[in-house]
Amino acid sequence: MNTQIYDREGIDIAWCPGCGNYSILKTLKMVLAELGIGPRELVLVSGIGQAAKIPHYFKTHFFNGLHGRAIPPATAIKAVNPELTVIAESGDGDMYGEGGNHFIHAIRRNPDITTIVHNNMVYGLTKGQASPTSQLGFKTPVQVKGVFLEPFNPIAVAVALDASFVARAYAGDIEQTKEIIKEAVTHKGFALVDIFHPCVSFNKVNTHTWFKEHTYYLEDSHDSTDRMSAFQRALEKEKFPLGIFYKNSDKVTFVENVGVYSQDKTPLSLRDSERVKKLNDLLESKK
Amino acid sequence: MESPIALDKKDVSIVLCGQAGQGIQTVERILVRLLKLSGYHVFATKEYMSRVRGGNNSTEIRVASSRVSAFEDRIDILIPFHEGALKHVERRISHQSFILGDEEMISKDCQLNGSQCIPIPLSKIASDVGGKIYANIVAAGMVLGLFQVEQRIFTGFITEYFAKKGEDIIKKNLEAIQKGWEIGKGLLDSERTDVKSWRESAVGEDILLNGAEAISLGALAGGCNFLSSYPMSPSTGVMVFLSHQMNEFDIIVEQAEDEISAINMALGASYGGARAMVTTSGGGFALMTEGVSLSGMLELPVVIHLAQRPGPATGLPTRTEQADLELALYSGHGEFPRIIFAPGKLEDAFSLTQRAFNLADKFQIPVFILTDQYFMDSYSNVPIFDLKGMKVEKYIVKSDKEYKRYELTGTGISPRAIPGFGEGLVGVDSDEHDQEAHITEDLDLRGKMVEKRLRKLESIKKDVLPPELSGNREYRILIVGWGSTYGVIKEALEKLDRKDISFLHFKQVYPLHEETKEYLKKAEKTIIVENNATSQFGKLIKLFTGMDIETKILKYNGLVFSVEEVLDKIRIHTQ
Repeated sequence: MNTQIYDREGIDIAWCPGCGNYSILKTLKMVLAELGIGPRELVLVSGIGQAAKIPHYFKTHFFNGLHGRAIPPATAIKAVNPELTVIAESGDGDMYGEGGNHFIHAIRRNPDITTIVHNNMVYGLTKGQASPTSQLGFKTPVQVKGVFLEPFNPIAVAVALDASFVARAYAGDIEQTKEIIKEAVTHKGFALVDIFHPCVSFNKVNTHTWFKEHTYYLEDSHDSTDRMSAFQRALEKEKFPLGIFYKNSDKVTFVENVGVYSQDKTPLSLRDSERVKKLNDLLESKK
Repeated sequence: MESPIALDKKDVSIVLCGQAGQGIQTVERILVRLLKLSGYHVFATKEYMSRVRGGNNSTEIRVASSRVSAFEDRIDILIPFHEGALKHVERRISHQSFILGDEEMISKDCQLNGSQCIPIPLSKIASDVGGKIYANIVAAGMVLGLFQVEQRIFTGFITEYFAKKGEDIIKKNLEAIQKGWEIGKGLLDSERTDVKSWRESAVGEDILLNGAEAISLGALAGGCNFLSSYPMSPSTGVMVFLSHQMNEFDIIVEQAEDEISAINMALGASYGGARAMVTTSGGGFALMTEGVSLSGMLELPVVIHLAQRPGPATGLPTRTEQADLELALYSGHGEFPRIIFAPGKLEDAFSLTQRAFNLADKFQIPVFILTDQYFMDSYSNVPIFDLKGMKVEKYIVKSDKEYKRYELTGTGISPRAIPGFGEGLVGVDSDEHDQEAHITEDLDLRGKMVEKRLRKLESIKKDVLPPELSGNREYRILIVGWGSTYGVIKEALEKLDRKDISFLHFKQVYPLHEETKEYLKKAEKTIIVENNATSQFGKLIKLFTGMDIETKILKYNGLVFSVEEVLDKIRIHTQ
């Protein structure tokens, strides 16, 4: 499959020149093409923010919902039609700030969706305020004395909640990022891919150079089934490890738990079940 | 002992009063079912505190020879289960009230307001059976005896009701109910009261349910196959009911982490092609309002059951009020169409909920069903719902390659396709969007999209349900009500028996039916009855008809209106 099948003609992209979002867009198209997932088999779900505009630069089914609320509709879309590949994709503010509660509970619910978070440690669309992942001391027009809130650590939180799949990537490395997202998309269960990328307009600290200097890949010897070790590595903050921290493939997914598919695999949304007799029986039972 | 109780009206109000945790709800469930099975018309409603143990709760069960569906202040028989009970319902006790219960609970206040106390050793009998905990079942037996319910009716029922609890528990409950029954039989002065003549064999064939069940059954009839919600009194009953039908009816019922997630999940499910619903109350709904706006923008159907309770904020969690009409009407930022239903009868709760799913799908809008604690928790018997003519109307189309989700059409309704069905791509966007759902700041197109969404209201208006007029078509005075006050206003007017007063009840409160103004204009005087402090429906009527309803009967202390109260107030205003 060619990545061009996802391209939309004549679009006006709202991202700044040099934005890390471009590499993520390109990488995601490569992943889907290599996996042979066509535009009609994919639903891209996003919230609000610069990263969340990604469905508009993609030819596919999409649900561009509210700020912070990508995960709940993504969970439901997969539940009513498990044949679709569902990717929830937004920025760090959207997923970890406004949508933090959904992030936590989606991990517990374990829908078979991939969550891709564009993490540039700053708010872009609202022009440069701190995000949940902004580093301590980061100065902004609002955080004038520098950020004093402990940065949110999505990897550690996800591992602590025994998430099904937890990874971090760096957008500047398309080849590695592609491999990580590919594994996430094919993984059964909730998969988190947190992707570091620079914001060229509002984050003059965490630049490409900074990310290159402050990241490294987990060694091949890292055992991604070892939760304790994954948690330890997730806490590292001098240099941030990249790669797949943790995988738990034994977890039962949301769709497997809800029961509507135990007998019949037909997507709920395409079923035409007859209810009159059952309803009559139920009414009779109320006599 | 003599048989002291004679009942001079074929309509008896029994009140059970006790603390949370004393099993009053169990008695209520057992009694309404068994009395109905015996052919009595029944109605039961409760008021309770927001606590799991202790406090003061009461349940009223009306047993009558004809259909009843309203709360009355009057108490004919009071069964107290703790010492504070008499004080709790003191104002409702009169010389006509019989108080039956443990001596130590009634002796102190005996002859309160001239009432007649009959000591019954409920606790002693319960202890002999196996523990004080059985006192409630002894009391249930006593009521069954009083109404001469045959043993065969309750034996089987009790065995089944406690089946999961094991042989020993069943045996003790049977013994408790039997002992109570024997006492009850002896209490009725059957020379003067022929309770068996009240019975109607057809009632046995009626169904018996509460508002929560009627809404849930309507959802099933409407094709609901996805419900995501967060527990909150008094809305939770619907989620509980549907959870038990998940396997039988192929429904996904998910308890979300919060109401924001709940409505966003419902909209995701709706986008995917499901018939989605949320059930919520007060503050929970307040959290959903951004999602309501999203439904308006994405043009995705969703049915919102809003069971009202008194606010602001946490308010009175277990009490009743009709004060979220304006919230529902204006919820969600921006401008988009919606429909609001407010059932007053169980059969309407069923049919309106069924209809809500069809209309939500037809117009791709949020449709509200407004109930309240009183409506949700009240039981009565009704003829079995007729499913004939009820159809799950489907409006989903198979997409072709050129499919545009927000195609500009004459009616404003764009054909709705779903992902995974057809050749096209289906996008939805909360930003202002073009016909393919992509983000746009083309301001001419913005204008067209606003008009397209609002244009749907014209078609919606063609489908509005008319208000129901009770009484003469020619009237001098018109009483106006909406939602759950139907039963109480209707009964009050029947008791008042004035040919010049009629009652107009609205079960669709938005958009208003076009004849509304005509009905109001015909009256010399109009009176509105609402369970809120600011006459929200009166304001809505004024806004859309220009007609001012000056006389208002309002109640907002958290309790439902009683028949007597409405009767008195109407009398005062119509002298």
